Amino acid sequence: MQCPFDKKNQQGSVCLSSLTEGQSGQVVAIDPKGQFTRRLLELGFVPGTVVEIRRRAPLQDPVEIELRGARICLRHTEVCQIAVRPLVKAAVAI
Amino acid sequence: MTTTAQSVPRYLALLGSPNSGKTTLFNRLTGLRARVGNYPGVTVERIEGEIKLTGSDRVLLVDLPGTYGMEALSDEERVTQQYLEGSFSDGHKPDGIIFVADATTLARSLPMLAAILKTETPVILALTMIDEIKARGGAVDDLKLRKLLGIPVVGIVGNRGIGVDDLKALVARADGWKRTTPARPVPDDIIERFAWADEILGDSFRAPQKGTPLTDGIDSVLLHPLGGVAVFVAVMVLFFQAIFNWAAPLMDGVEGLFVFLSGFLSSRMADGWLRSLLCDGIIAGVGSVMVFIPQLFLLFGLLAFLENVGYMARAAFVVDRAMGWFGLDGRCFVALMSSYACAIPGIMAARTIPDPKSRLATILVAPFMTCSARLPVYVLLISAFVPRTTVWGLFGLQGLVMFGLYLLGGVTGLLAAAILRRGMLRGHTLPFYIELPPYRWPTAKTLFTAVWRPISLFLKRVGTIILAASLILWMMLSFPKVQAPAEVTARGTQAVKAYELEHSFAGRVGHAIEPLIRPLGFDWRIGVGLIASIAAREVIVSTMAQLFALGDGDDARDNLAESLKNSRYPPGHPQAGNPIYTLPVALSLLVFFVFALQCVSTLAVMRRETGGWKWPVVAWLFMITLAYVSAWLTFAVSSKLLLG
Repeated sequence: MQCPFDKKNQQGSVCLSSLTEGQSGQVVAIDPKGQFTRRLLELGFVPGTVVEIRRRAPLQDPVEIELRGARICLRHTEVCQIAVRPLVKAAVAI
Repeated sequence: MTTTAQSVPRYLALLGSPNSGKTTLFNRLTGLRARVGNYPGVTVERIEGEIKLTGSDRVLLVDLPGTYGMEALSDEERVTQQYLEGSFSDGHKPDGIIFVADATTLARSLPMLAAILKTETPVILALTMIDEIKARGGAVDDLKLRKLLGIPVVGIVGNRGIGVDDLKALVARADGWKRTTPARPVPDDIIERFAWADEILGDSFRAPQKGTPLTDGIDSVLLHPLGGVAVFVAVMVLFFQAIFNWAAPLMDGVEGLFVFLSGFLSSRMADGWLRSLLCDGIIAGVGSVMVFIPQLFLLFGLLAFLENVGYMARAAFVVDRAMGWFGLDGRCFVALMSSYACAIPGIMAARTIPDPKSRLATILVAPFMTCSARLPVYVLLISAFVPRTTVWGLFGLQGLVMFGLYLLGGVTGLLAAAILRRGMLRGHTLPFYIELPPYRWPTAKTLFTAVWRPISLFLKRVGTIILAASLILWMMLSFPKVQAPAEVTARGTQAVKAYELEHSFAGRVGHAIEPLIRPLGFDWRIGVGLIASIAAREVIVSTMAQLFALGDGDDARDNLAESLKNSRYPPGHPQAGNPIYTLPVALSLLVFFVFALQCVSTLAVMRRETGGWKWPVVAWLFMITLAYVSAWLTFAVSSKLLLG
């Protein structure tokens, strides 16, 4: 799976799908090339938002993500469009 | 900018994210009973209703499919977009909007409200689930929110009706729609709108705890690779056992009622065509289908519970990856699950699938899922021909055979989808996303309505299609009255009745198609039933009941399953004395019903949703061919194995 954010180029940001279950991160950017960018923004994946990987489905895909009080499932491909800065301890969600 | 609505808006729309409680509120406001559920995407078309306000004022309210943004990704969102733009040919553009937002996810939905605040349209914010946010330690200050947003805000609990009268009062008054300038100017950019929302909520909102102990606990079992599958299989097995074991006494009760009715009329009325019409036509036909109401209650009850408690979105999450093998996704699975009640809502639910090719594949395979109309046919044949034995000391064989038939339909549907997605409907899948709502305990009223709706539809079918089919068949089975020859009369009333039946219109048609269906093990009676079942699948049950009622010499009404089991070839027939219907015949007929698309309404909805006759015709031809070949194979193989 090719992640556009695999290279740690933006101040230590990583691809959201690289976080482990229970780990949080703060959204840094969204890959604007994806066809799904607009909907990701509408769902609340905007820079600054704290997101948490809750769990992966039994077959590892899709992924359940908590953000802004909601829980959204996304596939690995779309999760890879989101770059986050990992947070050490779970921060208070906005 | 301070705008005041000049008058009370006449055309209102409910707008908001999926699963925010729009339809629950719609039902409360209009007194209607539109379908609700605890998963995103229950409403896929616009539903209209009137709000009766105090006085003589009437307001038209439109419930719209939920959407996360103003640019539609799927067809059900397109319905909302087009309605708001006023581009429906018959539609009015709404002159007022009730924006419905789940209070617990306000931080996500407020930016969408920003888009509406940019327009001049009067808008009221209805905050739903305010009981839930309190229970989870959060809070919304609606007075503050009202000041910050510049629009009226009402907190409600839709399923209990709390706050609904306040909302109605606002809607009725022109100054209820009063707008003032928002405390912070609304930005144009979507990212800035989230920052705007966070600022507003910072002063007026305390976020609830993440999740609830109940939701997290249930999810840790249901979304577990082993636990989830184990629970799913256990529920299904229990359900099929219940169909045969728990529903049976109730079924006997309903059957007893019709036997009594028929016996009562027989004893009070003189023999003649009127008595035959009432007893052999209407009571035998309609009654034979009505006895399956207990089973339908179980089926609809289970589906209503799963839909309203919040399981459907989880199922979509768990199976999404596996559905990928068949070229489908998690949402397709939800649509296919609905098809187990009836293919029509399943085909409609496919509107939530953004990818047009996955959507079309889902529509085409939806009729493979075992709908409730097949249930009477399955229960009748299985209880007549499959022994009531227990296997592995635990499961009834009848329930297992039933489970097998449901599985056969489901698996074949998935394989057909896989073939379509690798052939005619090849293409990449679009992104999949779905929101997982918290588990919510449905109110008794919600569940009752969810079960009553399909049951009342079934009763309506009984009163219309099935009654009409019964009447037409009674006529076709009773006329013309052919005088039986002397050698038949000599063998008694039973033989005369059988002779008359075989020489009726329907009997002749049945005999005419018999050569075609003989390889499947079917006789002319099943042939008549198959033709009649084009109207609706259950009609085969009522037809068989009428055939036995009319062919019977005596007045006593036998149980239909018993009549099937006990019918034998008459003297003079090459197989005289042998049973006509055997286990291989039953299996063959069951397999035929698993595959054949005998449902006019499904074909009509397919035509509407795919925009032409091409796909319904393709699906019908494919399924009837598959049904014929599979039934033939089933009969040939099971005859060899079971009868030697």
